[in-house]
Amino acid sequence: MMQASSYAICLSGVVEREALRWLNQRGRFVSALVRPLVWLAIFAAGFHFVLGVSIIPPYETYIPYEVYIAPGLVAMILLFNGMQSSLSMVYDREMGSMKTLLISPFPRWFLLVAKLLAGVFVSTVQAYIFLAIAWFWDITPPWGGYLAVLPALLLSGLMLGALGLVLSSFIRQLENFAGVMNFVIFPMFFTSSALYPLWRVKEASLVVYWLSEINPFTHATELIRFALYEKFEPLAALVVAAYLFVFVVLAVWGYDPGRGLMARRAGGE
Amino acid sequence: MAPELALADPAPAAEAHAPAPLAVSGLSHAFGKRTVLDAVDLTVRAGSFTVLLGLNGAGKTTLFALVTRLYHARAGTITVFGHDIQRTPGPALARMGVVFQQPTLDLDLTVEQNLRYHAALHGMPRRLAASRLLEELTRIGLEGRRRDKVRQLSGGQRRRVELARALLHRPSLLLLDEPTVGLDLASRHFLLEHVRTLCREQGIGVLWATHLIDEVGADADVVVLHRGRVVASGRPAALIAMTGARDLRDAFAALTGLASREEGGAEG
Repeated sequence: MMQASSYAICLSGVVEREALRWLNQRGRFVSALVRPLVWLAIFAAGFHFVLGVSIIPPYETYIPYEVYIAPGLVAMILLFNGMQSSLSMVYDREMGSMKTLLISPFPRWFLLVAKLLAGVFVSTVQAYIFLAIAWFWDITPPWGGYLAVLPALLLSGLMLGALGLVLSSFIRQLENFAGVMNFVIFPMFFTSSALYPLWRVKEASLVVYWLSEINPFTHATELIRFALYEKFEPLAALVVAAYLFVFVVLAVWGYDPGRGLMARRAGGE
Repeated sequence: MAPELALADPAPAAEAHAPAPLAVSGLSHAFGKRTVLDAVDLTVRAGSFTVLLGLNGAGKTTLFALVTRLYHARAGTITVFGHDIQRTPGPALARMGVVFQQPTLDLDLTVEQNLRYHAALHGMPRRLAASRLLEELTRIGLEGRRRDKVRQLSGGQRRRVELARALLHRPSLLLLDEPTVGLDLASRHFLLEHVRTLCREQGIGVLWATHLIDEVGADADVVVLHRGRVVASGRPAALIAMTGARDLRDAFAALTGLASREEGGAEG
């Protein structure tokens, strides 16, 4: 009974619901857009005169600081959305709508991947809206870059969304967004190449440099940065794909009915 | 072991060999060291309105979580029309409709959007979903509200929508966990009658968990769950006869060894 067409119906239903929820939650929609714009407007303007960025790939000329951090802010949208969807899993579970998803007769791994894809769809739309607004800030990558960045956004979005899924299945204390901000989003964002090029980080602190090198967020940022300028960064792509694989395996494991994680959680409630 | 006390088993001969909508056997589960279910056996026959009667904390919700495969039991088997829930969950879940104790509708989406989402989760094509949706909403008298957000509906109406949702894919087994909690009398009555009608007219097997004794009709099959064990099962008349009680309420009190203080929990 479960043919490919019914899988497609199920997937589109999950994506549609996510999109409707996103449109209905104005606050979430606006804040997801305003946040990176605030960084761009205030932070970048302030640091514009402090930080000189030398010519590093993929850039071929000296660039203003705004241009440097734009890809990192795009990645930040994906990170925030990934965490938000992980938070909504916790919330969903409390509200019981996670149960609605899990009693579907489709295999559980498929349901989790569908949920993941739905989140990435919403993130990608937001990233493009941000890029469109950033264009007026003189962040004007080549037109081809807007197309080339799509696979980078999808891959990075999936990876960060999968990380969110893992956190939602394992971490119990993930009950408020402040906690996620403090322990996941900020550390990931600051120990990455989003705000400063890694060579500068290396001069300042070797520890932070190595943390940034193993940070999946760094590689998501670099993948997006290169793609936006029509270049491909194989190492970043490989690392992001590897993290994606690991996170998906962990998420499916975390939601496996036989592993007892779900049961342990339910038992404590 | 529960004494089988069904006085007059009305199951038609034709159904005798067909696999039961729900068969639970030797089901045990524990959270850490706390045993929540202990060797539970129960069967829901086709067309049977089976009431899982137990106080709060008897293990009803855990039983529902296990039957709907939110997680696996430590021991025992659950089959839905012969499909083992652990080994072949797909076909088992496909024939099951569930109304959970907690509300599970998206408040910010419309009634229709909520139902369409559920239909998609069952792989139902859009056109079929649209006609089923209208049919089920008409049956519960809410077809006029289908474009309203769930948030605008009353508690009783939301519950009815959840029932409509559970029936959208035409399940042959319907599970309801304390579905009338927090509802007013009229809504309770509506829900109860609606589900009983489904049993009677469509032969759906129903498992209705409750702690409210007055939700048990004379024709119901009762399974009394107490501290994770099935202490008795059968027709109300049989339970009353077995315990020598005046009515089902007394029989329940006797079976669960209730002190009068605890009894409050079992009252409507």
